Amino acid sequence: MTVTDAPRIISARLGKPRSWTLETYLADGGYRGLRAALAMTPQQIHDHVNVANILGRGGAGFEAGRKWGMLRKAEPLYLTINGDESEPATFKDHALIEGDPHQLIEGSLICAYAIGADQVFIYTRGEFPLAIERLEAALNEAYAYGAVGRNIFGSEFSIDIVVHPGAGAYICGEETAMLESLEGKRGYPRIKPPHFPAAIGLYGAPTIVNNVETVSNLPWVVLNGGEAFAALGEGRSKGTKLIALAGHVKRPGNYELEWAKVSFRDLMYDPRLGGGIRDDNELKAFIPGGVSSPWLGPEHLDVLLANDAIAAVGSMAGSGSVIPMDHTTCTVRVAWRIVRFFHRESCGQCTPCREGSGWLEKILERIENGQGRESDLDLLMDICDNISPGVTWPPAQTTICVLGPSMPPAVAAGIRTFRDEYLAHIREGRCPLPPDRLPRKLAHV
Amino acid sequence: MARLTPDNQQRARELIALYPHSRSALIPILHLLQGQDGYLSEDGMGDVAELLGLTAAEVRGTATFYDMFHLEPVGRYVVAVCTNIACMLQGAYRLLEHAEERLGVAPGGTTGDGLFTLEDAECLALCGNAPCLTVNWRFFGDVDLGRFDTLVEDLRAGRLDDEVPPHGTLSRVQRATGLQAGGEGAAGAASEGVPAALPTHLDLDTRRTTAAVASMDAGHLEGGT
Repeated sequence: MTVTDAPRIISARLGKPRSWTLETYLADGGYRGLRAALAMTPQQIHDHVNVANILGRGGAGFEAGRKWGMLRKAEPLYLTINGDESEPATFKDHALIEGDPHQLIEGSLICAYAIGADQVFIYTRGEFPLAIERLEAALNEAYAYGAVGRNIFGSEFSIDIVVHPGAGAYICGEETAMLESLEGKRGYPRIKPPHFPAAIGLYGAPTIVNNVETVSNLPWVVLNGGEAFAALGEGRSKGTKLIALAGHVKRPGNYELEWAKVSFRDLMYDPRLGGGIRDDNELKAFIPGGVSSPWLGPEHLDVLLANDAIAAVGSMAGSGSVIPMDHTTCTVRVAWRIVRFFHRESCGQCTPCREGSGWLEKILERIENGQGRESDLDLLMDICDNISPGVTWPPAQTTICVLGPSMPPAVAAGIRTFRDEYLAHIREGRCPLPPDRLPRKLAHV
Repeated sequence: MARLTPDNQQRARELIALYPHSRSALIPILHLLQGQDGYLSEDGMGDVAELLGLTAAEVRGTATFYDMFHLEPVGRYVVAVCTNIACMLQGAYRLLEHAEERLGVAPGGTTGDGLFTLEDAECLALCGNAPCLTVNWRFFGDVDLGRFDTLVEDLRAGRLDDEVPPHGTLSRVQRATGLQAGGEGAAGAASEGVPAALPTHLDLDTRRTTAAVASMDAGHLEGGT
């Protein structure tokens, strides 16, 4: 048993009554981090964040302090917070915005002060109206309290925050697509280089894009110091991580855990966490870091939840979404649903992704419905190879962004690990697992 | 129905004032328009284009990229059933088929009485309460077939109108202030407080559709200590 007694850094108030109000936040010591930050120089805060080694919590896992250090020195300079959480089975930022909007505001302000931003935009997924309402209400409270706006807490520091709603597009979680969307355009990812936001971001100005969970850590880091944060976790994975556990466990939910101390087995089976696989079924496979990540199996249960440990077995920690699947799960069906998602969400700029996603979906659909051919397995891998040459991990890419290369892992996992199951679909002319067919009517993509 | 009402014209101008470049207000203003009419009409989008100095094609081209915007009228209640992986693993397609039978429409369709539009949605980020759905983007988690029937009855009878606002309503809380820090909004100068057409605070405590946070409630996070 390795669930540690690490403090809950970002989820301490979640689930408490009226956790989203200024009253609750202040009673819990809220905005002390911002006051402490304003007594420091921006460089001192940056030093704390470097020592803390906070890896970006959005999925890519890039060091926040290093990202700040890459900012092109120019004016104006923007901070944008990425709250467009849409990765399937990831629901941690949703809970953080809805449950603790003041923590997000305070973290954003500390970041804005440290990097010298001129304005902050919190891009919030449009499908989260309650989160938007609570964030907007919290922001009104924060302005009235003197924490945002002109001369914050009597200091020389002035800044505005604007809550910006999205309108339903997974791709806008990709940082450059988010900036396009924030400029009032279609969410088309920009090509990098040259469009690294720290150099050429919002309106062409240098811009930091940080994830909601990443900045939610900042009040604690400033108050307790980067070293206290770095004392938690191991290796590159410092501090705690909010893990979104979904799928076939008895107790799905968000769990804040010390990084690099808890194994997947603990997460899924500990009675205080996942509580075991539903109906005490056998675990067939699990997706360790959002649906873009390569699948792992029961033989990986003792791998620790940590960036390096998961990378060592050929996958990634990604967004922190873990999806266990029990032995009744059809892996063709799961791969089909994941690919269908990317097909619907492909922005259409790059041919391998736009066309490949549709091909993959159609072929998987016919296999699941018992009309597949044995040659389909090679065809699927060939399409994957066109999207991501070599179908290796980390993926090579032929596209502007990583949406396309996010598809092959689910397909390759099936064909490489569950080849017999794919062949059974084809030879028996039906799915061997219940329900043995896809829904009669599928929405038009 | 079509053009922005004078109140919404005013709110649109306030939104424009929050951004360094006016086009950034396009999506928030389209939400305003959809909140007014339930969908984006040609005339309404024309009005928005005029307000922002954009062409009709720029507005329409942006609107069509985003799933939340409807360019045709929809039902009073848009029921979006999530069928993505976490919900699928918990029987979402059975729920969707049940919804089709119960409402008599396929995904994308609207019932004859104009009450319900059914959608097959992508992940709604409520995976701790799968299967889930939203009605006019308000969340309902752990929806079994019986709960779905009850929900439909409650909606039909208007019993949920307090927590499920008309389709298109994004936020019922309005920003209380313009830019204050001395930044120059697209309107020129930093604006002062805006008149509150909507409340700047809402008793969000009384809302029952807080399932995303319910998944965080006692029992689900205690293990994280």
